[in-house]
Amino acid sequence: MSLDKVKVQHIAMLARLKLADEEYASSVEKLSRIVDFVDQLSQADTSDVRPMAHPLDAAQRLRPDAVTETVERDRYQQNAAAVSDGLYLVPKVIE
Amino acid sequence: MTAADHAGWEVVIGLEVHAQLATTSKIFSGASTAYGAEPNTQACLVDLGYPGVLPVLNREVVQMATLFGLAVNASVARRSVFARKNYFYPDLPKGYQISQLELPIVEHGEMLISDADGNDKRIGITRAHLEEDAGKSIHEGLDDSSGIDLNRAGTPLLEIVSEPDLRSAKEAVAYLRKIHTIVRYLGISDGNMQEGSFRCDANVSVRPRGQQELGTRAEIKNLNSFRFIEKAINYEVERQIDLLQDGGTVVQETRLYDSDKDQTRSMRSKEEANDYRYFPDPDLLPVEISDEYVEAARATLPELPEAKLQRFVAEHGLKKDDAVILTASRALADYFEAVAGAVDATAQVAANWVIGDLSAVLNRDGKDIGDSNISPAALAGLVNRIHDNTISGKIAKQIFEAMWDGEGSADEIIEAKGLKQITDSSAIEAVIDKVIADYPEQVAEYRAGKDKLIGFFVGKVMQETKGQANPGQVNQILKAKL
Repeated sequence: MSLDKVKVQHIAMLARLKLADEEYASSVEKLSRIVDFVDQLSQADTSDVRPMAHPLDAAQRLRPDAVTETVERDRYQQNAAAVSDGLYLVPKVIE
Repeated sequence: MTAADHAGWEVVIGLEVHAQLATTSKIFSGASTAYGAEPNTQACLVDLGYPGVLPVLNREVVQMATLFGLAVNASVARRSVFARKNYFYPDLPKGYQISQLELPIVEHGEMLISDADGNDKRIGITRAHLEEDAGKSIHEGLDDSSGIDLNRAGTPLLEIVSEPDLRSAKEAVAYLRKIHTIVRYLGISDGNMQEGSFRCDANVSVRPRGQQELGTRAEIKNLNSFRFIEKAINYEVERQIDLLQDGGTVVQETRLYDSDKDQTRSMRSKEEANDYRYFPDPDLLPVEISDEYVEAARATLPELPEAKLQRFVAEHGLKKDDAVILTASRALADYFEAVAGAVDATAQVAANWVIGDLSAVLNRDGKDIGDSNISPAALAGLVNRIHDNTISGKIAKQIFEAMWDGEGSADEIIEAKGLKQITDSSAIEAVIDKVIADYPEQVAEYRAGKDKLIGFFVGKVMQETKGQANPGQVNQILKAKL
């Protein structure tokens, strides 16, 4: 198995996922199967292949540097859990 | 700690500069980047990270990064790729920052600075990549919550990363000033440090002199003035040397500089924070630019500070130190050249006025050269009246103040206040005769050999003429009469 409980805990923490203790055994097994499956790719010789950055064989389109947006703060903030004086409020962030 | 304690240690510094690019709209959206707007009035759906929106790259940022790359002699990538840098923080609504990792737009540049001995030293620029800024958290005045303003989210940044080639806080500041000057010459950033348009993180480590391997580094975050950068690095260097000399070890961590206490302190360690799980952003295609595009950009490069400095010395005959001062900003250099082009005196005389009296009043009134009360043509008008002997240098300073206060051109003020220099010898002679008659004792002493008294007589004559007599003539006639 390519993953262990410590690694899965780390991944869960990074993804802000809370797993119950009994969920770990099956998570380790299932995620390891996925990683092992994808790992087969590393057996292919890719020395002559340029790393792919995007599945589409195209280049990024660019837009002119112009302001096209209008002020829609009130509408956008209807979705927010809490706002005050135009600010989005979140639980206190302590540095 | 004294310099002697440092003797056995070598300081190694690398800098990461974040220059905000001077675009009208954001890097991936059409929201405005204007500074100081009401909170969240410049945060659109793309900046807010709403589902289903797509970032579209601003053409101007590619141009600006290209110009920077060319200006620092770097290679400009014909193909560069945006990647997602994943982390959670309330001022980052998407949960990732769009940046560049493996294929940045600019690589392998360089910058020349002067080292402690005044010799040129090459500082490598590892890379410069495009990325978006995050929003701002506000803690003041809120009890149990933090406020988030996302106006800054999505503002284009060019992150410029140096090699660890810097060996002192002074070198770090010299390098930073050069980068600051270049981005403003290119017009790609306003470089305003108070508004956060030009920020710097410093990676600082020390190692015993002669050791090849680098010491463990600490990263000092968000330094926003040249003075603080120098102080923060010096503090950090001393802290690390003290620690190592006492048998301790430096921990790799992020530290914040507290300017009130003049020290750096550890930020609460964000364990695992460095696991950003970068991957190419599927919302953005690779950025491809052609050789023709790069050459067209090269053709629009302005004269850069180094070249301008050399030219000021060669073409205008300026002292090198003066040329350094005048080329520190493009606006100042342009102002000087406008004055120099309009004076009958030498360019050095024009330079003296710009560096001396003009800079002094700008400084006093807290103004930039662009807001000068006196135009280059007006200043040249004043300098020309000294050159053609209409006024003395001393009177000129008085007229300069009046011009600054908006009383008109040099000629108007000379006329209105009757400040024209007296060059009529008979008028000067009359005053001299009066002075000689008024001070018979001093005349006798002078004639007895006390030559120094000539200054006394010149002073009296200038006093009588309110400084308007031509000093050369006064001297000459006085000597003849005594």
